[in-house]
Amino acid sequence: MTLLTIDNIEKRYGGVHAVAGVSFSVAAGERVALIGPNGAGKTTCFNMIGGQIRPDAGRVGLNGEDVTGLPSRKLFRKGVGRTFQIAATFGSMTVLENVQLALLSHERKALRLLGEATSAAKDEAHELLAAVGLESQSDRPCDQLAYGDVKRLELAMALANAPRLLLMDEPTAGMAPRERHELMALVSRISAQRDLSVLFTEHDMDVVFGHADRIVVLDCGRLVAQGTQEEVRVDPEVKRIYLGDAA
Amino acid sequence: MTFADLLAQLVNGLANASTLFLLASGLSLIFGVTRVVNFAHGSLYMLGTYGAIWLAEHLGGGALGFWSAVLIAAIGVAVLGALMELAVLKRIYGAPELFQLLATFAVVLIVKDAALLLWGPEDILGPRAPGLSGAIELAGQPIPQYDVLLIVLGPVVLLALKLLLERTRWGVLIRAATEDREMVGALGVNQVWLFTGVFALGSGLAGLAGALQMPREPASLGLDLIAITDAFVVVVVGGLGSLGGAFLAAGVIGIVKALCFAFGTIEVLGLTLNFSKLTLVVEFVLMALTLAFRPWGFAGRPLRGAREPAGSVEHVHTPSRKFWAIALAAAIVLAVLPAFVDDYTLVLATDCAIFALFAASLHFLMGPGGMASFGHAAYFGIGAYAAGLLAKQAGAPMLVALAAAPLAGAIFALGFGWFCVRLTGVYLAMLTLAFAQIVWSVAWQWDDVTGGSNGLVGVWPATWAADKTHFYWLTIALCAMAIAALWRVIHAPFGYALRAGRDANLRADAIGIDVKRVQWLSFPVAGAAAGLAGALYVYSKGSLAPDVMAISRSVDGLVMVLLGGVQTLTGPVFGAALFTWLQDEILRRTEYWRLILGLAILVLVLVFPRGVVGSLRRIVRGGET
Repeated sequence: MTLLTIDNIEKRYGGVHAVAGVSFSVAAGERVALIGPNGAGKTTCFNMIGGQIRPDAGRVGLNGEDVTGLPSRKLFRKGVGRTFQIAATFGSMTVLENVQLALLSHERKALRLLGEATSAAKDEAHELLAAVGLESQSDRPCDQLAYGDVKRLELAMALANAPRLLLMDEPTAGMAPRERHELMALVSRISAQRDLSVLFTEHDMDVVFGHADRIVVLDCGRLVAQGTQEEVRVDPEVKRIYLGDAA
Repeated sequence: MTFADLLAQLVNGLANASTLFLLASGLSLIFGVTRVVNFAHGSLYMLGTYGAIWLAEHLGGGALGFWSAVLIAAIGVAVLGALMELAVLKRIYGAPELFQLLATFAVVLIVKDAALLLWGPEDILGPRAPGLSGAIELAGQPIPQYDVLLIVLGPVVLLALKLLLERTRWGVLIRAATEDREMVGALGVNQVWLFTGVFALGSGLAGLAGALQMPREPASLGLDLIAITDAFVVVVVGGLGSLGGAFLAAGVIGIVKALCFAFGTIEVLGLTLNFSKLTLVVEFVLMALTLAFRPWGFAGRPLRGAREPAGSVEHVHTPSRKFWAIALAAAIVLAVLPAFVDDYTLVLATDCAIFALFAASLHFLMGPGGMASFGHAAYFGIGAYAAGLLAKQAGAPMLVALAAAPLAGAIFALGFGWFCVRLTGVYLAMLTLAFAQIVWSVAWQWDDVTGGSNGLVGVWPATWAADKTHFYWLTIALCAMAIAALWRVIHAPFGYALRAGRDANLRADAIGIDVKRVQWLSFPVAGAAAGLAGALYVYSKGSLAPDVMAISRSVDGLVMVLLGGVQTLTGPVFGAALFTWLQDEILRRTEYWRLILGLAILVLVLVFPRGVVGSLRRIVRGGET
């Protein structure tokens, strides 16, 4: 069953066609990697799906509903979780409080003037932290976490709305190779357990070929190939982009 | 109004615009490179005026005396600015931005009293420029020669600055630092001297502007805040860091003000519009309009490379048992205080409580909200006027007035906040200032309702609370409850959502928090608390005048919050009590309370860069980070 449908989205910056009519889809429970050389339009494409940039044309559909241009806070309500290339969490709160706030927001209680935020949704917050392996750190201020743990915390927060789709922009950027595979293995496990679709951009081909069910390749704002790992691996166009004409 | 009148006003307006541009360009340069919001810039301007007049007297008459006075004053102020940078700001570039602000407030206080000490409280008239005291005829209207000179000088200085910035190595470095300070540092440029040099240049421009005003405006001790506000308005309307923008903004403001004078009172469709009354407020209306439609001013761009508040953020802890024990002890001490002290101390304690609430409400926006408000006195004043007007004009009982004041504060804060949260950083702060000035000038000029500059008198508490002790208890109880309510909200989900928006805006949005909305809603919460403080203030004094919401009150609030430590909950409350008590204590002993307070603040800033409570806590915990 198709969860996310990208239909011919476009973005221009002045004369530059950053994304020129890209279409693909993500099925329920599927892990899709969006790859391409620098300047291919990955991030623009990703931000149009995630609600940070409004497409000039085209349509983004989520479970049959048109969500084109919805800001990310509204996508959150529709079951989309998001992590960023440079992980950011709420530095003045503890690890647990970060997750509690995400849960409060999911329950639409984040604007309440009464009640203690720190005593809200404790069990669920601990469960989420356990799922990403951060349980032992729950009471630490999160500005003291190692970067890899910040990434895990971000993942826990992105799971607070029990999402059906997880958007991860360069999830392993800035991490050591071993940590990368640990994090992506965790994502794959969670995705399988929860029938959660994952769309991620990534530079590291080991990560891409290790953890994606399907791969979408962009170049110069256009989709040049998509398919299973094997299909993409043998695609002549993809070879040309990554290895040059000599290949 | 004749054409000749209009022309005369226009010339005057353009001459004002020139000095305004000189003043603002200095502020803009300093902010652009060092990112320091230098509140003392107006004080440097004031020193320029005083210094030039004093020098002109001592250097003897004649053109030589006059112009050397102008030049020496400008250079002297430049040197002072450089010294200020070397002695104070250089040490705290690493500290949070708001802390640098506090240091510049301290300089404002010190300079004001230094001027009082040197030149006395009376306004001093300057000499006219020898050889330029006459007028030239234009369309049958005498135009002062000196004004013509100023009008020419503005573009000349703009051109000179442009050449300096574009044609010299030093200028290139300044522009590069304005664009990306970290990068300039990474390229091996010695930023230390760059910053000091920019401070000297910017200060010199302020001094020159002040000195040039000597024949046109008497030197007075109020010039500093007037000048800094005007300069901020010009810089913000023009766009931070843009000289061309500042030039344009100064011109527009000068012309619009001149037009208001020229129109005077006009009858339109049976309505009497008094334009000259608008002159006090027109620049702020202009600023509010500009920021509402062009959030970065005429020529500005979003700030780049501005420091994040990261690292300065203290964690909010759930109140521990120890906290409640201390709170209970404090409550008991405060409750039995009247048995041990005289009426004078009791009134002072009442004031302390009122300002503690005022500071706590400001902290609510600045701390968890991360939004510096430079015009927080507006809500204090609105609460004060709401209570005073209800009591005087409608004869409402005290309790009704006390209940209505927070409501009025909240409603206005909801309106102002809607515009403010569309902006960030200094722009947001300046818009809050604009709203405060608009409210202030309405109170000042709407004689029929607010009593104008005389204000309202005879607003006394109900008979059951008229006794000083009873009123003290009432104030303490209400302030304590209101402060506790603010703290509850900070610990509630709302407070966490507010901090989330401050800590990581994108992340907050990604977990479904509408950051702008949360920030907007925090305004009425703070406005209500400040409104209550204002109402209690009126009843404690028995009268009120527009100065309850003057800029200086907003500045006091900022000092209270920063003195106590913006990262802590209790800090601002102690900061307010400390500030109020110190002010009273010093004032009883010497006229120069500002000087002592300013020096005290400077010492505190340099010794306790986290505010008093924040630093003490750190020392008690023994180096724990």
